[in-house]
Amino acid sequence: MVYFKDLFSGRLRIKKAGDQSISDIPSRQRPFGVMVRKEVADHIRSWRFIVLLILIVLTFVGAMYVSISNLKAAVSNENDPDRLFLYLKLLTATDGSLPPFHIFMSFLGALLGISLGFDAINAERNNGTLIRLLAQPVYRDNLLLAKFLSALVIVAVLFLSLSLLMIGGGLIITGVRIEGAEFFRILAFVILTVLYVGFWLSLAILLSVKFRQATTSALTAIGIWLFFTIFYRIIVNMIVRSVFPDPNFMTQEDIVFYNNVILDLLRLAPSQLYTDATTTLLMPSVRSLGPLTMEQMAGAIPSPLSVRESILIVWPQVSGLLAATAVCFALAYFWFMRREIRT
Amino acid sequence: MENAIIELEGLTKFYGSLKAVDNLHLRINAGEVFGLLGPNGAGKTTTILMMLGLTEPSGGTARVCGFNATSDPISVKRKVGYMPDSVGFYDGMTAFENLSYIARLNGIPAHDVQHRVQETMELVGLGAAMHKKTGAYSRGMKQRLGLADVLIRQPEVIILDEPTLGIDPTGVKEFLHLIRQLSRQQGITVLLSSHHLHQVQQVCDRVGIFVGGKLLAEGDIHQLSQNLFSEESYLVTITVKDTLPDTTAREATLLQMEAVRKVTASGNTIEISCAENITPRLVRYFVEKGFDIMGVYQKEYGLEEIYQRYFDNNLTENVSHGKSSGLFQRSFFRKTAH
Repeated sequence: MVYFKDLFSGRLRIKKAGDQSISDIPSRQRPFGVMVRKEVADHIRSWRFIVLLILIVLTFVGAMYVSISNLKAAVSNENDPDRLFLYLKLLTATDGSLPPFHIFMSFLGALLGISLGFDAINAERNNGTLIRLLAQPVYRDNLLLAKFLSALVIVAVLFLSLSLLMIGGGLIITGVRIEGAEFFRILAFVILTVLYVGFWLSLAILLSVKFRQATTSALTAIGIWLFFTIFYRIIVNMIVRSVFPDPNFMTQEDIVFYNNVILDLLRLAPSQLYTDATTTLLMPSVRSLGPLTMEQMAGAIPSPLSVRESILIVWPQVSGLLAATAVCFALAYFWFMRREIRT
Repeated sequence: MENAIIELEGLTKFYGSLKAVDNLHLRINAGEVFGLLGPNGAGKTTTILMMLGLTEPSGGTARVCGFNATSDPISVKRKVGYMPDSVGFYDGMTAFENLSYIARLNGIPAHDVQHRVQETMELVGLGAAMHKKTGAYSRGMKQRLGLADVLIRQPEVIILDEPTLGIDPTGVKEFLHLIRQLSRQQGITVLLSSHHLHQVQQVCDRVGIFVGGKLLAEGDIHQLSQNLFSEESYLVTITVKDTLPDTTAREATLLQMEAVRKVTASGNTIEISCAENITPRLVRYFVEKGFDIMGVYQKEYGLEEIYQRYFDNNLTENVSHGKSSGLFQRSFFRKTAH
């Protein structure tokens, strides 16, 4: 039998008076902070994250191993204007046995985002914790945002530490000082990767709001991912072959125009945007993502671009990714805010 | 009715063409224990969700503690503790962690959280199982933890949706006792929904009977029974040794007694419905007439009969309007939706 302690009730009443002052503080951020902290802790403790972590670290180590063993050849290649960017070479050099790290990330980043977000809302709903959580004085959008931000924080920390490890390892192995430009390019690469994962994360959260079963949302997200990585390219090629005229009978200008159209179509896939952007950032001599005409190439010296110029080239890609993320998030928000919460 | 803490005015909710809650008017006063009583799918949970702003009403307003629950749910949720009918916890965390999370979400200062959680856990009788993972909790323990979850926030209003579901009878008794005590000692308003009549009868000051989205009656148990059975509040069954001869004449003489409303005699038992408790007079009458009385059974109407009566009335009404299937369908759909 439980007895109600007078002591306790007395204290309860005193605290009630005290609580008033607490709630008077504009404490909108506070429950949000608590939620983010809890979500981050949940992610870190979950097996899912540990498995993903192992996967990504293995990929990273594999890619590094291949690039280090090819570093000498890559750096001494006289025809490559990027040969002096040692640390960028670490990220991109390969002998063809393994794709470089940034190409790997266009697959794994999606997987990471999906697996961190696919059960964000529906698992809570199925456990009956969602209704309990929303009966607390918290804003609904704070929950969505907390889910999104906590996963993103983890991803950011993961990639930042991996890159710093790489830079540190490179320093020890080669003894070459890192250039400021290289550092900023690597930093931009990390930010871009986090953004890319963020897109898949917001898509996964959107699906977790939409579907009641976590498995359904996971499968749908993986389906979308597969579509964009495998089928989308095939479909675009099929359309191009059947609709576009034969290139043998086209003028130079037409070929350029149609090539641009094809590229634009391909860039509807987020992984294409990511690959384009990372390639530009990690290979300073890439000066355009579309075909260049002879006039444009005339007089150009094959030399690396500055960081600013590279970023200007990838800016459309970055804003595309940002826009896609925002659209997914807004849609999730729209569906979630007025939804009836019921177990 | 001067200090109503929950005011529902014309609250209506449609799910498609289905009317789950139908123009509900209800006022609950501060410090009251109010029982919302109704069968499955009557719209109890929907009503509660609307009070908390967890679903939008199709019409009408719900005001709790003076705040509009639809437009200002955060202010309402600061004051109201809600325990859903199927409480869930993060299974990977201990009960202590679960509760601390809620405490922190409610802005309880960090240095206070630990002992506050401990006190609340002990209050609901879970002090010993505090550091167990909630995944290992039994249904009844989860229910208690759900109550702790509500209490730790020190709410002014507690809303409990089927709180006694899955608890054993002694547990239910303790649970209800605790709720009642809290309400009395701290003036907390309690709204509890249930389809368990006896439990509601034990703790509630007032009861609202809710069927098919409509509040059929409200008031305390005495009032309800008077409203319904004003004609026949008492039912006396008298069994005599020999078969009654000449039943119609006997019924006629009995009906002449002022309080008697209805007499049915069959074989050697006779049932007399009366407005007042006149059992001694009836017994005396039978003795005087030379009957050997074998047994007298006097029945007073409790909540069950009240409930039954309202429910039955509603059913027959629906049948007479040719839409009885709607009611059954409704409760069926709701069950599957759960």
